[in-house]
Amino acid sequence: MRTTTHAGRAVCAMALVLAAAGCGGGGGSGDSSAVLSASWGDPQNPLEPSNTNEVQGGKVLDMIFRGLKRYDPETGEAQDMLAERIETSDSQNFTVTVKDGWTFSNGEKVTAQSFVDAWNYGASLRNNQRNAYFFSYIEGYDQVHPEEGEQTADTLSGLRVTGERTFTVRLSQKFSTFPDTLGYAAFAPLPRAFFDDHDAWVRKPVGNGPYLVESYTRGSQMSLRAWDDYPGDDKAQNGGVDLKVYTDNNTAYTDLLAGNLDLVDDVPAAQLKNVRNDLGDRYLNTPAGIIQTLAFPFYDDAWNTEGATKVRQGLSMAIDREQITDTIFQKTRTPATDWTSPVLGEDGGFQEGLCGEYCEFKPDEAKKLIEEGGGLPGGGVTITFNADTGSHREWVNAVCNSINNALDDERACTANPVGTFADFRNEITDRKMTGPFRAGWQMDYPLIQNFLQPLYYTNASSNDGQWSNEEFDDLVDRANQETDTAEAVGLFQQAEEVVRDNMAAIPLWYQNGSAGWSERLSDVELNPFSVPVYNEIKVS
Amino acid sequence: MGRYVVRRLLQMIPVFVGATLLIFLMVNVMGDPIAGLCGERRCDPATAARLEQEFGLDKPVWQQYLTYMGNVFTGDFGTAFNGQEVTELMATAFPVTARLTLIAILFEIAVGVTLGVVTGLRRGRPVDTGVLLLTLVVISVPTFVTGLLLQLLLGVKWGWIRPSVSSEAPFGELILPGLVLASVSLAYVTRLTRTSLAENRRSDYVRTAIAKGLPRRRVVVRHLLRNSLIPVVTFIGADIGFLMGGAIVTERIFNIHGVGYQLYQGILRQNTQTVVGFVTVLVLVFLVANLVVDLLYAVLDPRIRYV
Repeated sequence: MRTTTHAGRAVCAMALVLAAAGCGGGGGSGDSSAVLSASWGDPQNPLEPSNTNEVQGGKVLDMIFRGLKRYDPETGEAQDMLAERIETSDSQNFTVTVKDGWTFSNGEKVTAQSFVDAWNYGASLRNNQRNAYFFSYIEGYDQVHPEEGEQTADTLSGLRVTGERTFTVRLSQKFSTFPDTLGYAAFAPLPRAFFDDHDAWVRKPVGNGPYLVESYTRGSQMSLRAWDDYPGDDKAQNGGVDLKVYTDNNTAYTDLLAGNLDLVDDVPAAQLKNVRNDLGDRYLNTPAGIIQTLAFPFYDDAWNTEGATKVRQGLSMAIDREQITDTIFQKTRTPATDWTSPVLGEDGGFQEGLCGEYCEFKPDEAKKLIEEGGGLPGGGVTITFNADTGSHREWVNAVCNSINNALDDERACTANPVGTFADFRNEITDRKMTGPFRAGWQMDYPLIQNFLQPLYYTNASSNDGQWSNEEFDDLVDRANQETDTAEAVGLFQQAEEVVRDNMAAIPLWYQNGSAGWSERLSDVELNPFSVPVYNEIKVS
Repeated sequence: MGRYVVRRLLQMIPVFVGATLLIFLMVNVMGDPIAGLCGERRCDPATAARLEQEFGLDKPVWQQYLTYMGNVFTGDFGTAFNGQEVTELMATAFPVTARLTLIAILFEIAVGVTLGVVTGLRRGRPVDTGVLLLTLVVISVPTFVTGLLLQLLLGVKWGWIRPSVSSEAPFGELILPGLVLASVSLAYVTRLTRTSLAENRRSDYVRTAIAKGLPRRRVVVRHLLRNSLIPVVTFIGADIGFLMGGAIVTERIFNIHGVGYQLYQGILRQNTQTVVGFVTVLVLVFLVANLVVDLLYAVLDPRIRYV
C-alpha cells in the first residue's frame, strides 16, 4: 500500500512538470482541494503537545505537528522526519541534528531551540503538563519536576543547544531506544508564538505539520486546511479536514449513512453486525497498539502468595477468549497470546504464542491449577471495571461466566462495576482493589519497551497492581543499555517471559481500530494508534 | 402583587444556597477528579498536587464552597478541566438548549392544549379514545426509542432532515429534536387539559355562562379553558426546568451541544466546576419558572389574589 502511494505521487509529480498544473481532479487520484468531514471527540485537556494524552487531541497533533521522528503509518517503525541524524556512542548522550528548510506554518524557522524550548516547557512542573513524565529520562528532570515540593531549576540540564540546528541530549540512564520514542507528540517542536501568547495559541494552535488550523470552535468543530508550503514529503492529499465533535459515535455513524459525514474512526459496537452490509468495503478493521489485560492487586497479601501464581494462571486458562471476542466483539478483538501487540511486528518484539497454554481455554486444567494454588482467595474473585465507556460491562460478565462455568461454581467470579473512569482510577491509586481489575493499555509509541516497562517495572507509572520482580527489572535495565536493537528486543522478550511465568497480569485480547467512510473517499488507513492517516486520504 | 414578588424573590435565596450546597457536596462525594485526568496512567504526584491546587481541590469542601459561591456572585464560574471558562461553556450551551426547550414548550402548548380541548369536549367519542390511545403509546415508549426511530426514518431512510444538528443549531434543525423532547410531556399536557376541562364543564359558572346565552366559542375559551389551564400551566412551568436539564438523551441522539451534553461530559469527567455551574443556573431557571407560574394563576383565575 505504501509503495503504491509513492508510485502515485511520482506520476503526479510528472504530470505537474508536463502540464504545470496541480495533480488531481480526474482519474480517481482525487481532488486535492476537496475537504472531508470526520468525526471527532472533545479533547479532555487543553490542546498542547505535552498535555494531550488521549486519542482525540492526539489526532489533531498528528495533523498539525511533525517531530524529529515519525511512526510509519503502515509498519509503526520510527523513521527520521525532522531529524537529519541522531547520533550516540554510549546510549546515554545523543546529538541531534535538525533538518534544514523546515518552518512553522506562521513562517518561523524550526530550529534546535524550538525543540529544546518545547521540551523544557513540557517537563516543567509549573506548567502542569500531563505528559511531563516523557521527559523523565533526560538529565535534570528531578530538578525541573521533583516528586514533591518546588522545582529548583527552570530548564533541563541534559538539554544543550550547540548550533542553530543541533542540540545534545544527556539522559540520566542508558536508554538505547530513546530516539525511537521521539515520534511521540509530546516531543514536537513549538514556535515562539506558543510562549509569547499562550492563550491565543491554545485557541488556534500553530504547528509545522501538513495541516494548519483555519478555525476552532471548542467543543464543536475544528477546520483544518492543507498547508500549501508544507516542506515535508507527506503533503496532504486533500484540501482539508473538518473535525466535527460527536457526543455519541452512534450519531456519527448515522450521519455517515445519511451522507452528512465522510469518515468515522470508531464504528459503534452495536453497529458491528450491520457494518459490512451498510458500507461494504468502505470499512476497515485493523489491529491497533491496544491490549486489554486483567491486573492484580499485589499489595493485597492474598494475591502475593506462592500459590497465587497458580491461581492466576488457572484463571487465565478458564477464560474462553476465542468465544468472547467472536460473540461480544464481532472479531474486532484478537485473543492475546503475549503481553504486547501485533502492531510491533516480529522484529519489534511481538511474539505470537509467548503466553503458551496459559492463554488457551482449558477448563479442566484451570480448575486443577486453582485448587493446587490453594483455591480462589476468599472463595471467589470480583473483577472491577469502569462501566461508563467501552462496553466493559459486557466482556467482564462474559469473562466471569466463562470462569464460573470452568470452575463449576456460580459464585466463583462476580463483576464489580464502578460508575466513572475517574472513580475507577481513584480506587486503583488508593490501592482499594481486592481482586483482578481491568487494565487496558494503549501504547505511546510502538516499542516493546512501552508495553512492559511502564506496566510491570517496580514502581513504574502505570504499574497499578504494584507488581515487583527483581529479575524482570534487571532484564529491562539491561535491555535499555543494549545498543543493538535486536539484542534489546530479545532482552525485553526475556523480561516478558518473567511476566508470563509469574502471570503478573492476564492478557485478554488485542484491540482493533475501525473506520468507515463515504463513497467520496479513498486510501483511508489507520495507523498503529488507530488514528486515520488523514493526509493520505483522497477525496473525489 | 409587588410585595408578593419581592417576598418570593427573597425566599429564593435560601433555596438557591441549599440546592447549590447539596450539588456541591454530591459532586465532591463522587471522588477525586484528578485521578481520571491522566488517562490509564497515574498522574505523577507533583502534577496531581499542582492540578488540585489550580482547581482549588486541596482545600476542605466548606472552604471550596464558600470560595465558589463568592466567585459565582462576581460572575466567575471557574474553569473546566479542558481550560475553558465555565461561563464560556454556558454561553454556547444555554442558548442552544433554550431554543430546544422553547420549541418543545411551543409544541406542548399548541398541540397538547388543542388536543386536550378537542378530546375534553368530546369525551367518549372515537376522537377521544383515539387520542387517549395515542398518548398512552407516546408515554410508554421511551424517548430514546422515539428519537432513534424518527432519526433513522426521516434522516437516513427518507432523507428529509439531517440526522444530526449542526453546531450553530438553528431553529429549523431543532424542530424534530424539540418534538421528540416534548413528546412525553405533550401527552401529559393533553391528558391534563382533557380531564380538567371535562371536570369544569359541569361547574356552575359554565352553566351560568351558557344560560346567559354566550356563544359556545366564548364559553369554551374565556370561561372553561381559562380556569382549566391552572394545572396545565403548573405542569408546563415545572417542565421548563425539567426539559432543560433532562435534555441529555435527546441532545445525545441528535448531537446537540447544549446543556445536557455539557452536564453529561462534566459528570463523566467529574468536573465539579462544570456540573455545579450548570446545575446552579438550572436551579435558577426552575425557581424563576415557578414564580412565573404562580403569578400566572392570578391572571387565569380572578379569584386568586396575591398580597
